[in-house]
Amino acid sequence: MIALLQSLRIRGGIHVNEHKQATAGLPIDDSFPLPKRLYIPLQQHVGKPAEPVVRVGDTVFKGQLLAHSQGLISAPVHAPSSGTVADIAEYPAPHPSALPIRTVFLDTDGTDTVQSGESATDPFTLEPEEISLRVASAGVVGLGGATFPSAVKLNLGRQNKIHTLLINGGECEPYLTCDDRLMQENAAEIVDGIRIMLHGMETGRAMVGIEDNKPEALKAMRTAANFHPNIEICKIPTRYPMGWDRQLIRYLTGREVPAGGRATDVGVLMHNVATAYAIHQAIRYGRPLIDRVVTVAGGAVANPKNVRVPIGTLISEVLVFCGADKTRTGRWVMGGPMMGEALPFADVPVVKATSGVLALTGSEVKQGEEQPCIRCARCISVCPAGLLPVDMANRIRNNRLEAAVDIGLKDCISCGSCSYVCPSNIPLVHYFKFAAGELAARQQAKHKSEQTSKLIDERNKRMERIEKQKAEELAQARAAKEQSEKADTTI
Amino acid sequence: MYVLSAIASLATLGLILGWILAVAAKYLKVETNPIVQELEALMPGSQCGQCGYPGCKPAAEALARGEALVTLCPPGGSALAEQFAVLLGISVDLSGFEEPEILIAKVSEATCTGCTRCFKVCPTDAIVGAPKQIHTVVADACIGCRKCVDVCPTECLQMHRPELTLRNWRWHKPSGQPAGAAA
Repeated sequence: MIALLQSLRIRGGIHVNEHKQATAGLPIDDSFPLPKRLYIPLQQHVGKPAEPVVRVGDTVFKGQLLAHSQGLISAPVHAPSSGTVADIAEYPAPHPSALPIRTVFLDTDGTDTVQSGESATDPFTLEPEEISLRVASAGVVGLGGATFPSAVKLNLGRQNKIHTLLINGGECEPYLTCDDRLMQENAAEIVDGIRIMLHGMETGRAMVGIEDNKPEALKAMRTAANFHPNIEICKIPTRYPMGWDRQLIRYLTGREVPAGGRATDVGVLMHNVATAYAIHQAIRYGRPLIDRVVTVAGGAVANPKNVRVPIGTLISEVLVFCGADKTRTGRWVMGGPMMGEALPFADVPVVKATSGVLALTGSEVKQGEEQPCIRCARCISVCPAGLLPVDMANRIRNNRLEAAVDIGLKDCISCGSCSYVCPSNIPLVHYFKFAAGELAARQQAKHKSEQTSKLIDERNKRMERIEKQKAEELAQARAAKEQSEKADTTI
Repeated sequence: MYVLSAIASLATLGLILGWILAVAAKYLKVETNPIVQELEALMPGSQCGQCGYPGCKPAAEALARGEALVTLCPPGGSALAEQFAVLLGISVDLSGFEEPEILIAKVSEATCTGCTRCFKVCPTDAIVGAPKQIHTVVADACIGCRKCVDVCPTECLQMHRPELTLRNWRWHKPSGQPAGAAA
């Protein structure tokens, strides 16, 4: 009965073909050879890009700070291995546009020399603020894909006095198993990370949501959390997008985050399991975030598996390591197939957000001809945000963006469920992404026109001032001249 | 007695003149269309003249009279056209509207002589420089009015497309419009 009630808490969602069996049973491969050159982008997080503190030609240790964070929402970047800074220049970003991003080129020396790190201290004797500071300086960001700086989130949790920390072990994207493997192999470390986070946020309780298609991970996590009654491991149904924070919050706590609001509005906050692991590493051993587990999969990959690779490794090198066939690859994807980014080529670096690297064959990539809408309303029934995708897409098609916003465009999370089920192959999410970009562009244009009128105003005022000053000077000069003339005549 | 009659006559005169002024203010009022002011407030206000009118106010007046199209302002683009349409209470179909390409000025460093003419005419102070020093355009502040291009003696100022970066890259609109799609 309780299960039935809970299932009512899931809105929308789809059952996707998981494609996880190829990699879920294989241990994480630690034997990836250190690349000769690493390409470390200076922005791998939400917020302001990091500012380099090293110069070309500098020798760096593994884990040394390469660029410090600037601004309130930012994260530093560290050297994934020891070597020499070859250049700091523009390099294609792992993004659908592959436009350049400022990147540190690091020539590795192969020795992986570590700088003598901070001595380990008991994290539970540290002040909560100190935990945030250390997490910030280790460059930890949300590893579920959003890459929001974790320290900022810890502070938010503390300031908003949240009652429950939610940990996302859903991993609902098809193909991806990196979180699953991490939970199976490093459950104790993850639980320790969760305890450190609870201490850092001054929160008493944590709930970990794990989809029921990961029985091994569930078992490992339950065992690890056995002696910590304040950490509850919850089995959640397998249903994409269960890993969306609001869906998980609704399922686990029964609370609905209001539109335009934040998770803290209902007294919770969510972190990913991989983030918990990274925080454990940062606090217990002083290790910054310089490597991550990446799922390498897809039809064109001969040996799909989870690999631990240094940040900055080229995706093409990781694919070669796993025996990917370039000729059979129809599309490269960074992340999962539902919400990941299609890449125009694979010579771009692995970044903190790279949970997966997929080399999909042509047959795996849906490429059907777009047909007229048949009004089946499947997109409406699967939308986890409760929106009307078909209606929004029609409004956007006719350039009525404001009208699309009126029916909730801004609540769309681009999860791709609607595009996935559409029998007419209508690129619904593509419309929403286009509209979101267009709205952002308009916002920018509006901001610019406001700035412009300010600039013009300032200029006009300045011109007036200068005119006035000139007139005054002229008058003074005239007066002086007249006076001197008068003096002349009196003499 | 003389004093009283003086006060009375002056008071009467004042009242009559006041009344005339009040009547004049009511009947001889110069009409300014309030919508012109509202339209002008929406415009960028740089008086750039790209619309073909000598400034933003004449353009706003033409719009209010219905002599100009809502899509007249190139820097404003379709977003501004939409706002104009709402204000004027007309419906406008922007589906076929091509977003005007915004070009921004760029100094070619090889031929700039540092003559300072360009930054003196720039309406938004988007050009920085000093006499006999190479000038440069602050791309974020340039509105593409071409005033600097006209005054440059060495033709070193040219209009360019703004550089595409990760910050301003956007998804294009899906092209497919299937036959018989319900609008």
